[in-house]
Amino acid sequence: MREWTALQSGTLPVIYIGTATCGIAAGALEVSESIRKTLEKHRIEAHIVHVGCIGPCYLEPLVDIALPGSPRISYANVTQEQAVRIIENTFLRDDASLEFAVAHFGSNGDTATLALPRFFELPMLKSQVRLVLRNCGFIDPENIDHYIANGGYTAIARALEIGPQSVIDEVRDAGIRGRGGAGFPTSRKWQLCREAPGVEKYIICNCSEGDPGAFMNRSLIESDPHCVLEGLLIAGYAIGATHGYVYINADYKLAIARLKTGIAQMTDYGLLGDDVLASGFRFDITIKEGGGAFVCGEETALIASMEGRRGMPRSRPPFPAISGLQQKPTIINNVETLGTLPNILRNGSAWYKQFGVQGNYGTKTFSLTGKVRRPGLIEVPLGMKLREIIYGIGGGPWKAFKAVQTGGPSGGCLSEEYLDIPVEYEAMANAGSIMGSGGMIVLDEDTCVVDLALYFLRFTQAESCGKCAPCRVGTWHMVTLLENMSKGQSSAEDISRLQVLGETVKRASLCGLGQTAPNPTLTTLRHFRNEYLQHAKEAYCSAAICKELVTYDIDHQLCNGCQLCKNVCPTNAISGVRAEAHTIDLDRCIKCRACFEICRYHPLAGNAVLYESKRRTVS
Amino acid sequence: MNESLHQSVFSQFKGEQGELISILLRVQEHVGYISQESVKSISQFLKISENQIYGVASFFSKFRFDEPGKTAIKVCMGTACHVHGGSLLADTVGWDLGIHYGQATPDKRFDFQRVNCLGSCTLAPVIQINDKILGRVLVTELKETMKHREDF
Repeated sequence: MREWTALQSGTLPVIYIGTATCGIAAGALEVSESIRKTLEKHRIEAHIVHVGCIGPCYLEPLVDIALPGSPRISYANVTQEQAVRIIENTFLRDDASLEFAVAHFGSNGDTATLALPRFFELPMLKSQVRLVLRNCGFIDPENIDHYIANGGYTAIARALEIGPQSVIDEVRDAGIRGRGGAGFPTSRKWQLCREAPGVEKYIICNCSEGDPGAFMNRSLIESDPHCVLEGLLIAGYAIGATHGYVYINADYKLAIARLKTGIAQMTDYGLLGDDVLASGFRFDITIKEGGGAFVCGEETALIASMEGRRGMPRSRPPFPAISGLQQKPTIINNVETLGTLPNILRNGSAWYKQFGVQGNYGTKTFSLTGKVRRPGLIEVPLGMKLREIIYGIGGGPWKAFKAVQTGGPSGGCLSEEYLDIPVEYEAMANAGSIMGSGGMIVLDEDTCVVDLALYFLRFTQAESCGKCAPCRVGTWHMVTLLENMSKGQSSAEDISRLQVLGETVKRASLCGLGQTAPNPTLTTLRHFRNEYLQHAKEAYCSAAICKELVTYDIDHQLCNGCQLCKNVCPTNAISGVRAEAHTIDLDRCIKCRACFEICRYHPLAGNAVLYESKRRTVS
Repeated sequence: MNESLHQSVFSQFKGEQGELISILLRVQEHVGYISQESVKSISQFLKISENQIYGVASFFSKFRFDEPGKTAIKVCMGTACHVHGGSLLADTVGWDLGIHYGQATPDKRFDFQRVNCLGSCTLAPVIQINDKILGRVLVTELKETMKHREDF
């Protein structure tokens, strides 16, 4: 606590650098190193705090500087050179380099003096409600004291005071539903497990985030591991478990390292072990790394994988709450569900219910990516309209909007007319999609839905465990049908075949993977049937994405003969002499798009290379 | 890849079947891949059949059974990268190295993998060369980078 107060109101300046995966990828560590060197060179004393992801990942690397007595100022997309300049200007010339700044964290009064917006009034953050993510970007994820100073571990203290049944009641009153996507009431699962006979029970935190294009759970653990660990502790206490596990993808190296640090600190502070906070409650946490299989997000497959077997699901019942890991009652909760628990316990269910809408209380994190202006990690109250998320928070796509894909490979694609539905479990399901774990990918007119459906199906087909035939064989045939379609080798009948096959796979598969695998195809068939017809009947891809249906050409009027495309072509498909129009030999062209890019982006080129899909009649 | 290396990995474990995936991960970290020899040692350590170990290891995309190349080039195939043209990047790398994804070049200098998500979706499309992530990559940029691949 003292450490935090010293950091916040101390006499030393504090420099915050976002170093979650998104920040590191954008070069935050190099920026941090230059800052450290600059400070050393000029003998400036300051704290450098590596914080997690604050949300607008498109602004990374984000560097914030808080001078004593002044508001914290945020600088975005900082390069190493800029970092040196900002530091030197701020500390040596008393000039805060506001030309590089995007926002401040001070009061409204500072907005006028600094001529900068407040960080949380930026268009991307204005309509967000940050409950789970409240600490992300503010505390050092590797320092338990920062977490404790922000109300951390008071929730478990309260839980221990009121007893396990009251914890379950509180969670039931708050009405929180599983944030993994299915939306099953958390408390009901817990009650079942609590009442199940047996001394040994387990609680597992499911961080097998297999959805490609989703990073909410990863970012949360990297930015605030203790809130998830405290949630795990609370859940373990409520159901009467003695062991907690975090099942996490082995590729999440940074998240695993931060969890390990967190667990060691908890043990030091008496928050784990034989006597948690001197209450007699015994609990410990083990990290279990997974081999990275999408199906392991399914509860029974996850358990199989934890037991050292192939990650194959089994039929239920018995549900894991009755017979799970080592045949003992086991509860599996999503990272975000657990991360929310400390908030509920600390502030009470009534407080939590003010967010969201009837039946869908609370908030949900999404990783908003794809063709939007402001991609990043966001948290919104349930019931918010899709349109507000995509246009209000994300800033909308650059080109014309086409669709939004929620729930990853298990979810659906919703077209423009569905943008006014609220983000709620039921409303999303009625529209044919799912809430999912939180991937939200925006697509614009340059995305081909057939190609997207094929992409998702290839993924689920490859990830199918192969246990049941509908999923193993059905998805394979669906992939073949779609592949033919993307090559212009199918007929209109194939569309109805695809539909029937999709419905069958959906109904007959054993587990969630198979039951949801056809969703992207079925929803795009529903909302974008016309595009499928174009592919099947005319071998025409309006977005010019399906490689086989696209041809490259050079506009002889525009070509200035700069030879850039000729040099970049890997197959020597382009010919022509300098200063004269070039031509492309289509037999040699591998459609790598290098010529198009160089012609479009190079200042000397004439923007003459085109690629397009031409309509033709398929026999 | 000798016996003592395996023993040093095994010393961190109790020898229960539930630890199989963790052991495989550690072995792959040290050796680079899961060799026949490793499977034999693990089988003796955990007292389960080699078949069972192959069954589990081949189930997860993480494990590989051939020696990896020295420089790892990973092209992200996440949804965000896909809609930003990630598959074109994968084609470019494959074309440049003359290999298919999931393979290493015959001289074992380069290794080309497609991965499901690198978690840097806001920088899409991304590729990873060893530990360095490159974001918002264009095909032409990648070609330029690949020209200097001997320096990675």
